[in-house]
Amino acid sequence: MRKRLFQNILTRPVTIDAPAPGEAELAAVAAALQERARRCLGRSLAIREVDAGSCNGCELEIHALNNAVYDLERFGIRFVASPRHADVLLVTGPVTRNMEEALRRTCDATPAPKWVVAVGDCGVDGGVFRGSAACVGGVSAVLPVDLRIPGCPPTPLDLLKGLLALLEGQATVKPRAAPR
Amino acid sequence: MSPPDSAEALDTLLAGARALADHAPYPRVLLAPAAWERLAGELAAGTLDLLAFFGEAGAVHAVVRAPGSGRIAVLSLACPEGRFPSLGRVHAPAIRLERAIRDLHGLVPEGAADARPWLDHGRWPGSAGPVAYPFLAAEGDNLHQIPVGPVHAGIIEPGHFRFFASGETVVRLEARLGYAHKGTEALLAGADLVRAARLVGRVSGDATVAYGIAFARAVEAALRVPPPPRADWLRALMAELERIANHLGDIGAICNDASFTLLHAHLGILRERTLQASAAAFGHRLMMDRVVPGGVAVDLAVEGAAAIGRLIRQVQAELPELIDLYDNTASLQDRTVATGIVGAALVRRFAAGGFVGRASGRAFDARRRVPYPPYDALRFDVPVLNEGDVNARVWVRIREVQASLGLLEQILAGLPGGATRHALPEGGPGAAREGLAIVESFRGDVLVWVRIGADGRVVRCHPRDPSWFQWPLLEAAVEGNIVADFPLCNKSFNCSYSGHDL
Ligand code: SF4
Repeated sequence: MRKRLFQNILTRPVTIDAPAPGEAELAAVAAALQERARRCLGRSLAIREVDAGSCNGCELEIHALNNAVYDLERFGIRFVASPRHADVLLVTGPVTRNMEEALRRTCDATPAPKWVVAVGDCGVDGGVFRGSAACVGGVSAVLPVDLRIPGCPPTPLDLLKGLLALLEGQATVKPRAAPR
Repeated sequence: MSPPDSAEALDTLLAGARALADHAPYPRVLLAPAAWERLAGELAAGTLDLLAFFGEAGAVHAVVRAPGSGRIAVLSLACPEGRFPSLGRVHAPAIRLERAIRDLHGLVPEGAADARPWLDHGRWPGSAGPVAYPFLAAEGDNLHQIPVGPVHAGIIEPGHFRFFASGETVVRLEARLGYAHKGTEALLAGADLVRAARLVGRVSGDATVAYGIAFARAVEAALRVPPPPRADWLRALMAELERIANHLGDIGAICNDASFTLLHAHLGILRERTLQASAAAFGHRLMMDRVVPGGVAVDLAVEGAAAIGRLIRQVQAELPELIDLYDNTASLQDRTVATGIVGAALVRRFAAGGFVGRASGRAFDARRRVPYPPYDALRFDVPVLNEGDVNARVWVRIREVQASLGLLEQILAGLPGGATRHALPEGGPGAAREGLAIVESFRGDVLVWVRIGADGRVVRCHPRDPSWFQWPLLEAAVEGNIVADFPLCNKSFNCSYSGHDL
């Protein structure tokens, strides 16, 4: 293990090093996001992810934001375990009827100011599950939504750009004091 | 459970039963009530494995497999009175399936041991409203309950876990699922094949390729339109990429739950590279909607083979060192070895597939046991271990990543030319047809049953996730472990909530 750790110190991080499709773009998004996050929230933005009945595809890509290639935490943006510590609710899925109340209660438990981001085609309008009697159909049917990040699923880069857009907006628009 | 007996048991059930419909590639028969009782007995005795159990208006269908001979059949029972003799009464793996049948189709399992609703939380249109869910009681001194979910601390799917604990030790865990129920089967009824393929590809997003293949193969069996050979091989290429990506992610996540983040970080990079190679080869990181009935929607991109080749070399170069690190880190081994053990008997009884089954001695892999092209032409190991603990489930995954890398190489080397897609009969087959397919996802065997109407639309489709037979075993695995080891056990199972809840 020590060898591996030393190696890691001596090699450049994958985040910058490995050239792959889209990574030039990633660097640009990264720089901008860092700047905005600092200006709006000091140095931190806490995100609580809520799966409101997704197919789990969106979760896989949200997870990817935490890997060393995208490394969301370097922007001061991090996922937190409790809605009580969160600034942003990142909601996926077509909001099943069985999750509607849990989603509402999670939002209620999140202190203002807060933002709600609907992730994926499902979160935006129910996606492929739109019209199902077992789904409410889209996050905005339950909570006021500040930002939509479409895609099935959105790529990690889409998600990063979306968060940047949220911060851009917030630089001029104040968050809702008590959304409900 | 000797093989000849199991084949005989199925023969006896099939003999004298009326063969039904145009069902391929396995027989479907209508059982008389007495034969249904016999089926219950065979399941209870372990002579037959229950692969799926689902309902529709006026009938229930059990898909069974004789473990010795590998023969498969769909056994149906008409339920004109809206009831059927419970199988769960004598065969525990059927219990949750029956509860789901009752919730979704109103058919009542007579004599069932557990009459509680399962997917129906009292929140669907027209229902009476939610009531408190009666968890099974655990009795003893100083027991306390810990409710967890449906919203969890991590980025995971919704579900509720109720722990009964004595101090740190879990006395009993009971899961309550159904939060992710999207009404997928109801949406499938009446859908055309294009939309149906998109829906089935989203039953569980992490296994979208496997679901795509299972649905396509079920449709192709029903319509008697086999895909072109190149499509079979491209599907396998995607399926193995999907397996590698998920296994790498899982192994890392298990280490992460044991607070060993270094491996999580490194395996996370390899997982990311796998998704990037998948996107380069097929235009989508998870390869959603790439498999369609009749073949594949996209051919391998020009630069795809090179991207996959680079991926193979990178994983082969970096994985051995990471595995060494896993194996030689005492603090990590302390967490995974002898934690969350599932016994071989339980795994056999539930016919649990995937790493859950293969880490506890059940050597079932659909690619080998229900062979479909191109796997019948490829060489690969199916690792089987007997310890049944978290460590064994990690090792099955490690070996499967290695096997899948070998498969990727063979597929790239042997990829046949020619068409990638065959047209399906326009305007439908003219008469109702039924098909069934079983495909090995990274998680275990995915089963899809479909009935296509004369007009070519789906009449009824049932996608059965491997998690149905794994979730109950998680409850057994956790018993007697400390509460703090639950995330580790849960991650080592990595059951699908969405796939199960439908
Ligand atoms: S948007 Fe797509 S990937 Fe995300 S939950 Fe919906 S179906 Fe799954």
